[in-house]
Amino acid sequence: MKILVPVKRVIDANIKVRVSADNSAVDLNNVKMSMNPFCEIAVEEAVRLKEKGIASEIVAITIGDEKSQEQLRTAMALGVDRSIWIEQAGNIEPLSIAKLLKAVVDKESPDLVILGKQSIDGDNNQVGQMLAALCNMPQGTFAYKLEIEDGRAIVSREIDGGEQVVSLALPAVVTTDLRLNEPRYAKLPDIMKAKKKPIDHLTPADLGIEISSSLKTLSVKEPAGRSAGVIVNSAQELIDKLRNEAKVIS
Amino acid sequence: MSVLVIAEHNNKKLNALTGNVITAAAKIDADVHILVAGNDCSAVAESSAEYDGVSKVLLADKPSHEHHLPESLGPLVIELATNYTAILLAASTTGKNLAPRVAALLDVAQISDIVAVEAADTFVRPVYAGNALATVQSNDSIKIITVRTSAFDETASGNTKAPIEYVDFALEQDSSRFVSENLAVSERPELAAASIVISGGRGLGSAENFQILEKLADKLGAAIGASRAAVDAGYVGNDLQVGQTGKIVAPDLYIAVGISGAIQHLAGMKDSKVIVAINSDADAPIFQVADYGLVADLFQVLPEIDALLS
Repeated sequence: MKILVPVKRVIDANIKVRVSADNSAVDLNNVKMSMNPFCEIAVEEAVRLKEKGIASEIVAITIGDEKSQEQLRTAMALGVDRSIWIEQAGNIEPLSIAKLLKAVVDKESPDLVILGKQSIDGDNNQVGQMLAALCNMPQGTFAYKLEIEDGRAIVSREIDGGEQVVSLALPAVVTTDLRLNEPRYAKLPDIMKAKKKPIDHLTPADLGIEISSSLKTLSVKEPAGRSAGVIVNSAQELIDKLRNEAKVIS
Repeated sequence: MSVLVIAEHNNKKLNALTGNVITAAAKIDADVHILVAGNDCSAVAESSAEYDGVSKVLLADKPSHEHHLPESLGPLVIELATNYTAILLAASTTGKNLAPRVAALLDVAQISDIVAVEAADTFVRPVYAGNALATVQSNDSIKIITVRTSAFDETASGNTKAPIEYVDFALEQDSSRFVSENLAVSERPELAAASIVISGGRGLGSAENFQILEKLADKLGAAIGASRAAVDAGYVGNDLQVGQTGKIVAPDLYIAVGISGAIQHLAGMKDSKVIVAINSDADAPIFQVADYGLVADLFQVLPEIDALLS
């Protein structure tokens, strides 16, 4: 079984984001960048399937500028066999990302595509579902458990109010949720070895995809802040305030 | 032209979140239709028809729609889409699962998780876990939108009755099969829709201690929530998690008990109208967003509060 794992370079999850002075975007200058946390979970899941002998090859793919190859090296240090880098600077919309990934799916014919349910920058939660639609594949979103049985993927999903299990014919698209696994750290010898693993360089034009855009960002602003209120001294005072001042309980 | 809202339901009962989506839809266009897709779900269509401002309900009642699988519902929505300028869904796990599939098949963008409608083509949505708000304009002829329901009020209902029209469309598919579902059963209001939420964090120390919160929740008519730390520690199920990666809530009153207030958690509750924090650590970041803070041992004050509410 061949697994394709798309990954994204994003602002590190521990960095407090700042809006640029002209309110046009979030300021990414001199900010630490990392692999999107949900993508790390996707890489880990693919590596575990290979360790179990279910997967035979894992191919990572990213779309981004030159620096995004760092995240491919990270993925390969964690156990991915080879990578594809689609060179494309700047932010592109989820639909264009899905079209680029579909072009790669057509070339590589993977049995499974595992990717993060969303990236922590755009918070769109769209690419996996869009890719599945474009490839006419079934989708198992927000997965917390993934098993391969009789040529189908059995995906346990986080849903509002509980859990759902679906069975998907392969090839299929699976998007990862937090509980799926706990990603490992790369070991130094593996980081060294990853430097020798191949990265294929492609452009959208090589794949016959024209990047289009139908959304225009008019502004990016900081949300209205919340200021600290008062410290009360007792349960009695708290309940009094909630009843008589805030009037939120009776 | 009209706008279409895809109703959220369990085939028996309409989910009230649909009413919040209708409010957002009506800001785009006054002529709102609702699609109820499911199996044996005519009761849901009946209640959908009662929302103010809804002019038509489309009922797609087929066994293949029972579990709302996007592989089955996607083609149905595409079939109807050309009649509309916008299609809106709740940014719930069901809506998030379906909307991008529809958008991709229509070759249009999706606008996720909107919190405001500025104009029929311009929307505000949080990015970077709510640390920034982006205003985006779409030039697509059909806009596919998911709505953060906590940012919109529920539309009133019961004054009118819209006609119900049947949609005879079903696509049999076997690529995706429903296997099972396990839903938490609770007498309490649903977390995303409750007007009072009381959440516990690692400070509670054990699953048993969550029962103290449950007693209080029952007195207040509140839903129970939890921080990621409490979920990770196994005190409660993942479905109760409030935060960036869990539920996003904005109740009238949010009570955080034994929660330190990691950014992750704040992203899920900071739009609540009134926030109360109870924590023994006076330096906990939760106090920076709380309207009322009580620095105290929760095991001492929760019984006091319980007594005061009796």
